[in-house]
Amino acid sequence: MTKLRADELRYEVDGDTILDGVSLAVDAGETVAVVGPSGAGKSSLLRLLDRLDEPTGGTVYLDGTDYRSLDPETLRKRVGLVPQQPALRDGTVRENVTIGPRLRGESVATERVAELLADVGLAGYADRDVSDLSGGEAQRVAIARTVANDPDVLLLDEPTASLDSEAEAAIERLLTDLLATGERTAILVTHDERQAARLADRVARVADGRIVDVGAPREVIA
Amino acid sequence: MIAVPDRVTDPVVVRGLVQVAAATALAAVVVAVSSLRNLDLERELGGSFVRGFVQVLAMGVLIGALFAVPLSYSALLLAAMVCYAAWESRKRGDGVPNAFRISVVSLALGSSVVIVTMVAAGAIEQTVRNLVPVGGMIIANAMKTNSLTLDRFQGEVASNRAEIEAVLALGVPPERAISEFVTESVRASLIPVVDAMRTLGLVYIPGMMSGMILGGANPIYAAEYQFVIMGMIFAAGGLTSMTTSLLLARSAFTDAAQLRAFEPTETTLLGTLRAAVKR
Repeated sequence: MTKLRADELRYEVDGDTILDGVSLAVDAGETVAVVGPSGAGKSSLLRLLDRLDEPTGGTVYLDGTDYRSLDPETLRKRVGLVPQQPALRDGTVRENVTIGPRLRGESVATERVAELLADVGLAGYADRDVSDLSGGEAQRVAIARTVANDPDVLLLDEPTASLDSEAEAAIERLLTDLLATGERTAILVTHDERQAARLADRVARVADGRIVDVGAPREVIA
Repeated sequence: MIAVPDRVTDPVVVRGLVQVAAATALAAVVVAVSSLRNLDLERELGGSFVRGFVQVLAMGVLIGALFAVPLSYSALLLAAMVCYAAWESRKRGDGVPNAFRISVVSLALGSSVVIVTMVAAGAIEQTVRNLVPVGGMIIANAMKTNSLTLDRFQGEVASNRAEIEAVLALGVPPERAISEFVTESVRASLIPVVDAMRTLGLVYIPGMMSGMILGGANPIYAAEYQFVIMGMIFAAGGLTSMTTSLLLARSAFTDAAQLRAFEPTETTLLGTLRAAVKR
């Protein structure tokens, strides 16, 4: 069953075409990796899927519903984006992990925070100041922050781009665990094709704002 | 109230010119020093000094002329002042969506609430010679606060765009996603007013009180009236800044809760007025 479907998405900025009619259907529980060179439009695609930018043309369907008919806040709770840079706010790990529900006026149980942090390998980090975290730890907090909403779809934008190889391997293991249950649909943007092959069920290759190839990892990645 | 000469041939005006020459000489020293130190500020310093003199003189002439016109004209003049103050203020938040419109609304609201209240309380006489200068002073101070709010807001959003969008992407309502930075803008904009209040009479002996004492008024009454003026400035600044911040928080996002790009907008006064009316 199709969970998320981009339908002929177009995106232009100041007359420049960033995305030129991108269509992509992702099944429930599936992980699709989007690969391609820098500037191909991968991150722009994720932003459009979360409606952080407005498509110039086309739309996105979530469970068959045009996302323009959904309240943006509801949409973003169901489709959670983990940005390339963690962009944490000053404060503790706990404050950052719970920031979504907190700013919506909802409370998060202490046990839930502990569970989220344990899931991302940061058990016992709740009261640490985020300024004391390494790049890899900050990225884990960003992932926990999005997972705290329990989204149906996870959009991951280059989650290991700025990390050393050890931190990269740890984040990959974390993502493998998070996505292994098959309950969560995910779209992973990465420039690392080997990473795409390791984590994704299918791979879509983007070039010049278009999807030029999509299929099983071994078919798309040479 | 201090007497204002209504004719340019008045001996007071002629004597004033000598004082203007002395002040200009001092300003020229500043410009010369800046030139010697290659600060490249001569144009800005000299230009603002000349401009300030011409504007304040024109205002003096205008107020002199206004003594003869009906009271209702002061409302028109104050409205024009609000528009011009908003025009100047918007430059501090260039690129902030709807900065001009927001400034007009906030300045009009902040100033008018204070002016109307203080007229009702009898602190401002219902005469053109009182309403226009005191109203202008309130608007000018509200403009400073508004400019600081816009400047800080623009800076906060520019430096924290990724943080704001990261929180938006969690399904947080836009006003909540940006509230921390809006609060910071209001706080920063009120620092000068709060500090002036704190040091009032100890470090800061404001111009109006000094002027009244020099003009022969009872120093205690001068102090009381100065406090009233400071209270008005405080209230107008606070109301303006809070209105601006409320409107900025909304204006920064599209209907689909997307953080707008802050792009420089219309740069001419006429074009800005036309765009504001069109919207």
